[in-house]
Amino acid sequence: MSTFSRSAVMRLESFPLAQETLGILSIGFLGLVGYLIFPEDLAFLTRLISITLLVLSLDLVTGYCGVATLGQAVLYGVSAYAVGNAAIAGIGDPILLLLIGLGAGILMGLVSGVLITRFRGLPQLVLSIAFGQLVTALCNKLSTLTGGSDGLAGITPAPVFGIFHFDMYSRTAFVFSLIILAIVFVSLLRFVRSPFGLLCRGIRDDDLRVQMIGATVYPRLIIMYGVSGAVAGVGGALNAITAGVVGLDSVGFERSAEVLVMLVLGGAGNLWGALFGSIIFQIFGHYVSSTNPFHWMTLVGLLLILVVVFVPRGLSHGVAVLWSRLIKREARQ
Amino acid sequence: MQTILSIAFDGLAYGMVLFIISIGLSIMMGLMRVVNLAHGAFAMIGGYLASYAMRDLGMNYAIAIIAAVIGTIIISIPFEILLYRRIYRKSDALTQLLLTIGITFFIIGIANFILGPTLKPIPLPAALSGPMDIGFRMVPTHRIFVIVCGVIAALALWFLIDRTEFGVRLRASVDNSDMADSLGIRTEWIYAATFALAVGLGAFGGVVGAELMPIEPFYALRYMVTFLVVVSVGGAGSITGAISASLLLGLADTTGKYLAPEYGEFFFYLVVILVVFLFPRGLFGRAH
Repeated sequence: MSTFSRSAVMRLESFPLAQETLGILSIGFLGLVGYLIFPEDLAFLTRLISITLLVLSLDLVTGYCGVATLGQAVLYGVSAYAVGNAAIAGIGDPILLLLIGLGAGILMGLVSGVLITRFRGLPQLVLSIAFGQLVTALCNKLSTLTGGSDGLAGITPAPVFGIFHFDMYSRTAFVFSLIILAIVFVSLLRFVRSPFGLLCRGIRDDDLRVQMIGATVYPRLIIMYGVSGAVAGVGGALNAITAGVVGLDSVGFERSAEVLVMLVLGGAGNLWGALFGSIIFQIFGHYVSSTNPFHWMTLVGLLLILVVVFVPRGLSHGVAVLWSRLIKREARQ
Repeated sequence: MQTILSIAFDGLAYGMVLFIISIGLSIMMGLMRVVNLAHGAFAMIGGYLASYAMRDLGMNYAIAIIAAVIGTIIISIPFEILLYRRIYRKSDALTQLLLTIGITFFIIGIANFILGPTLKPIPLPAALSGPMDIGFRMVPTHRIFVIVCGVIAALALWFLIDRTEFGVRLRASVDNSDMADSLGIRTEWIYAATFALAVGLGAFGGVVGAELMPIEPFYALRYMVTFLVVVSVGGAGSITGAISASLLLGLADTTGKYLAPEYGEFFFYLVVILVVFLFPRGLFGRAH
């Protein structure tokens, strides 16, 4: 970590709840800016928030534990299907639906954790891909639960707290999602600084050393996967509640690869990086891919190559380094 | 009985296509320690070049294959010099993954920009396009050609890596590149040559297998996972592993498609999970 970011973090640490306050303020501010820029397209912003939750969940396992996975969308998509089925079965309360998504996410997280974190390196990566493809094939086959390739439609949640109806302009959906994102983000800021979160970072950097100080690695990774599943599950639930449909694309490999790209562009192992990576990538993609998806692929490819070669720790880290250089130069003058 | 024989034959042909393409990737992953997700993109470039050579330049099939392989290697050189050299051995899997996904996206975008989004068929010569009677049913001659190509590629590679001076130098460079350097082996040249070999094999497989895996802009993305899976099931760097994994997975996939098509790729990936969980290094993987 550069001297700048270290001193900035230390300055922040000296205020109680400084990071948390900053988190709530930033998300509120970003939400306001988004509302002003895209007043006609709140459905897009709502979707963006739900994907951001998936990127945050990926950051927990990839950024903080060093797990290489290309199957994270499974946690998100299965929760979305669970919520969709619950809604169609007659459960209308959005908060209750969120809890169902949370539960389904935790369950899927624990299952994939048991499978994926057993090994490291290539076997881990391939298990994550294979598990994702297996679930995708099942979702396609079990069309009574998932609607197959047509998707699951007809999800109509009741008003939030019985007061705020989900309107056709997605205003309620947007504000609801924004509040959920703020709550999750702030809880995660605390969680990653907890002793458990710090130990996970230790596992990422040197798992042998963690074992030497008497901690077991495998169970902790599974627990972290459970937490990650909870976050992804909330994202999936939000997607099902606010969009009203769940499709096969929400479990698939493409979604998993896409969120990994977002995370790495922003900076893995840093919740702020995950947040900004997700927002920047999606807004950028919203414009470019609507004109021509192939230009979009060329640009993303080029961007990925440049990031890996020049700022391997992500854009947020690159910006921090640039900033600290700027400060030093000013101090010298 | 008829069905079982048909599954066996089609599975064998499909497995051989998987083998020809993935053996190049297996060499890169096993010997050079690079998880090269862009391997399918190079196979796709080979297919495009062969299609162009035959349909627009009027070359015949055999010459078009050679031209496509050489052309793909030439196209891959700047990628090797500018990007791959950074990630040989020293990088973690995630960095390699992201860089090579980036390369794949880039190649897909450029290929579409130059050639457009349509399917590019590779016309077959008359000798390969008809059916042939193999006892229990008529099969396309081309599939037999593919199987023969697979066997030849396997034997040639085994000879190259196990029995030649180049193979010795390659294995020395991989096992301990510093020592190989001090012995006067120019490791960077060995690596570059191996990279070219891997890319060339990919391109060859892309052309020969185009009947079963048609060349189109999303080719690189569509089969990327399949090739990676074949390599890890077989064990990276092992020719025996690549053959057995290709045939096993080719059969699993074909069986699934014949008997339970509505399950999609479920059985294919079920086999993958079982094998990788039981043999994390792959069936014939080498202990590092």
